[in-house]
Amino acid sequence: MANLKVSIGNLSLKNPVMTASGTFGYGTEFLDFMDLSCIGGVFMKGTTATHREGNFYPRMAETPSGMLNAVGLQNKGVDYFISHIYPEVRKYDTNMIVNVSGSTIEEYINCSEKINELEDIPAIELNISCPNVKQGGMAFGTNCQSASQVVKAVRNVYRKTLIVKLSPNVTDITEIARTVEAEGADAVSLINTLVGMAIDAEKRRPVLSTVTGGLSGPCVKPIALRMVYQTHKSVRIPVIGMGGISNVTDAIEFILAGSTAIQIGTYNFIDPAISVKVVDGINEYLDRHGFNSVEEIIGGLEK
Amino acid sequence: MKKYASDWKVVENIRLHSNYCLLKLSMDAVIPEMLPGQFVQVRVDGSQTTFLRRPISVNYIDRNKNELWLLIQLVGDGTRNLAKLQIGETVNLLYPLGNSFSIPKTINDDNVLLIGGGVGVAPLLYLGSQLTSQGYNPTFLLGARSRKDLLLLEEFQKYGEVFVTTEDGKSGEKGYVTNHSILKKKHYDFIYTCGPSPMMHAVAAYAKQSGIPCEVSLENLMACGIGACLCCVENTTEGHICVCTEGPVINIEKLKWQI
Ligand SMILES: Cc1cc2nc3c(=O)[nH]c(=O)nc-3n(C[C@H](O)[C@H](O)[C@H](O)COP(=O)(O)OP(=O)(O)OC[C@H]3O[C@@H](n4cnc5c(N)ncnc54)[C@H](O)[C@@H]3O)c2cc1C
Ligand SMILES: Cc1cc2nc3c(=O)[nH]c(=O)nc-3n(C[C@H](O)[C@H](O)[C@H](O)COP(=O)(O)O)c2cc1C
Ligand code: FES
Repeated sequence: MANLKVSIGNLSLKNPVMTASGTFGYGTEFLDFMDLSCIGGVFMKGTTATHREGNFYPRMAETPSGMLNAVGLQNKGVDYFISHIYPEVRKYDTNMIVNVSGSTIEEYINCSEKINELEDIPAIELNISCPNVKQGGMAFGTNCQSASQVVKAVRNVYRKTLIVKLSPNVTDITEIARTVEAEGADAVSLINTLVGMAIDAEKRRPVLSTVTGGLSGPCVKPIALRMVYQTHKSVRIPVIGMGGISNVTDAIEFILAGSTAIQIGTYNFIDPAISVKVVDGINEYLDRHGFNSVEEIIGGLEK
Repeated sequence: MKKYASDWKVVENIRLHSNYCLLKLSMDAVIPEMLPGQFVQVRVDGSQTTFLRRPISVNYIDRNKNELWLLIQLVGDGTRNLAKLQIGETVNLLYPLGNSFSIPKTINDDNVLLIGGGVGVAPLLYLGSQLTSQGYNPTFLLGARSRKDLLLLEEFQKYGEVFVTTEDGKSGEKGYVTNHSILKKKHYDFIYTCGPSPMMHAVAAYAKQSGIPCEVSLENLMACGIGACLCCVENTTEGHICVCTEGPVINIEKLKWQI
């Protein structure tokens, strides 16, 4: 039995397997299928300063080995989260992390300040990369100046572990990673979804109400893996890798590429207990290869 | 209600005709309670193009044989692969999902009408069987394009009177369900409907004009089926709600349909 513990800033994880924001609700939806205390953490769905209705239906399209989504950050706002959801999720025996989103810097600040007061939320993941919201997300994460502004502003008001989630829709992801590291991020997580499009040929119309949406699932894995590899080599803070992970081999590949921890997203829809299976599989892999801890293989590609 | 994820064994897979199959599944444990209107998320293995699970309604539960029936229309790769399943093979399901049809509050309102079109008849068989066992008197009005698209008629007849319409008039009355003469002859206390969107709109409009309470079962595109992704939403008087958890059955009062 290898040691699966890892740390991200001041956050300690019992193992490196977590679930990705927007694909795992508030964890509550999965209680019938798995034991949340078996995984390292849960990134809850995107939360904004105020209530959002999200985009119109249709919001999704299946693609070969993946899907496009255009949910558009539907959520009831941070105050509702604090009064109705936090009292329940704080009881779960794992790291419950809030994914903070916004369209303006003030919104990010407002939301982060309030989450900072919640004793049982040990970290936030700042979503500067959601491609779905017309005025928001996208802009911050795709240029160094705006990424730097938002991270600096949130770092001022947020005292606990600050994870910044990067957008893959950029020319050089390492540039953004270094920028947010310089502004005090404790870790970066990547990748968010890739902007894509689906067309219904029979109807001669785009499938999504928003025309474009975010691509996720196994089809994005090679791109995600490459970006994690590059980012790990160019920053000192921990990297949390994700993008298409659907089994233990995928998870190991991300760890070897330089992820201290990983998140599983879309595949939760296919197998709601996949995250627990990946934890068991990592353990088995480490034993089989004679490693005592998962830390030994982080970024551990053979030369 | 507790949800499960498990493998089921194929007991029978009957090709009703070129476009439909009836898949009968069983498992070792006793099938847990499932409500009429609920659905399962079926994992389709061995299809390159089918990544997500496919939502399929509970068509019927045979408690004596411990069998779950799924009535499936073959529309794409996912459903075509399900039609190829052989006896003894396994298929993984998440179940039971979604809310359910509501049963009228008083038994005085026992004249209920179940209107189905195409493969939308699927959930109405289980609903009809449950209504009958609780003392209600269901009538079925089933619409199809042609005679061969009328599915499982003998099964429906076990639970109530069955009226049909076909577009070519070769079976029952010619036309759409909402043109059927039974609607003028008899008063119904409650209407349930599932089928193609234009049909459900027409039924909902009829129910609204006639002041009859009505529930529809929606088939919005789904990814997770368990309320985690917010992809399946319907815009209602209460805002965007998830069809997989707060539906698929929705009262027409809540819908923002132009009816
Ligand atoms: C709650 C619920 C219950 C359902 N119950 C049944 C059932 O009992 N029996 C049954 O046969 N089907 C049922 N369906 C529909 C079924 O899920 C789809 O037909 C199936 O997913 C299609 O998969 P496929 O891979 O064969 O086709 P795909 O290749 O995915 O699609 C083929 C074509 O059908 C269209 N399509 C696919 N799904 C839908 C949909 N939900 N609404 C409108 N158009 C769609 C696609 O856009 C495409 O044009 C239900 C759907 C829902 C949401
Ligand atoms: C339906 C859906 C909703 C998502 N919502 C969010 C979100 O609110 N915030 C966010 O940072 N990422 C969101 N994501 C992105 C995922 O967290 C993840 O970065 C991405 O899907 C890649 O991982 P995967 O391929 O394992 O799914 C969403 C993804 C999906 C599929
Ligand atoms: S399909 Fe995911 S929330 Fe309904």
